Amino acid sequence: MTNPGGLRSSFARIFLRSLSRINSGRVSSSRGRTLPKHRSISIAAYASMASAVGTRRAWSREVLRRIRRGGARRASRRTSEFPVGRKGRKEPGNGKKLKKEAGDGNEGSSIQGMRKKLRRLVPGGEGMEFHRLLAETAHYIKCLKTQVGVMRSIADYYTPV
Amino acid sequence: MSSRSRSSRHQGSSRISDDQIVDLISKLRSLLPEIRNRRRSDKVSASKVLQETCNYIRNLHQEVDDLSERLSQLLQSIDPDSAEASIIRSLIM
Repeated sequence: MTNPGGLRSSFARIFLRSLSRINSGRVSSSRGRTLPKHRSISIAAYASMASAVGTRRAWSREVLRRIRRGGARRASRRTSEFPVGRKGRKEPGNGKKLKKEAGDGNEGSSIQGMRKKLRRLVPGGEGMEFHRLLAETAHYIKCLKTQVGVMRSIADYYTPV
Repeated sequence: MSSRSRSSRHQGSSRISDDQIVDLISKLRSLLPEIRNRRRSDKVSASKVLQETCNYIRNLHQEVDDLSERLSQLLQSIDPDSAEASIIRSLIM
């Protein structure tokens, strides 16, 4: 596993560069439409982290693939990887399916149901063997934590006291 | 927990042994803040861990969203190249 210090600084470097690009007005737009700033930033964050990780992980490969396709909006509709633009709605299309599998609360939720949920949350998780999905999930969570930590540090740094 | 042994028997369709799952899930456990604090039992039910994992991932996505909002408001004060080096240095700390 990569040492978190190295990942942290790689991500920070790439992300800061993206931020200054967004700042100077070169907002990445998909299909000619300009995205709201916070959306560009959030996408840049995921993209920067995927770049920092590189292609050695299935989930990061999937993220990079989605971004290259320019289908950031398409990806957001399918999974909660890039949370949908409509505030407050986390997983729009999946609500119906979840009710069938999850049951009521912890008692009824089978491992099956949880597996399906997890597959949707982890990028690239759909086609994966479960065993591998768990390993990818662990790494994905680790990187997400790093990402959030760095974003918070940057935000705190620039927040006027 | 009796429900746990029952659920493992229901896993007819899973081709992975319980041991492998337990092993990987214990790795996940160490990452999840919720479960780390619970020292009651060694074996937390697998479905519970998976559920906590899903919740945790969703929370992290939400945090990214919130922080992106914050950053979008602070964006104008970000100095491109000069500040970058000092920020990274303080971040790596």
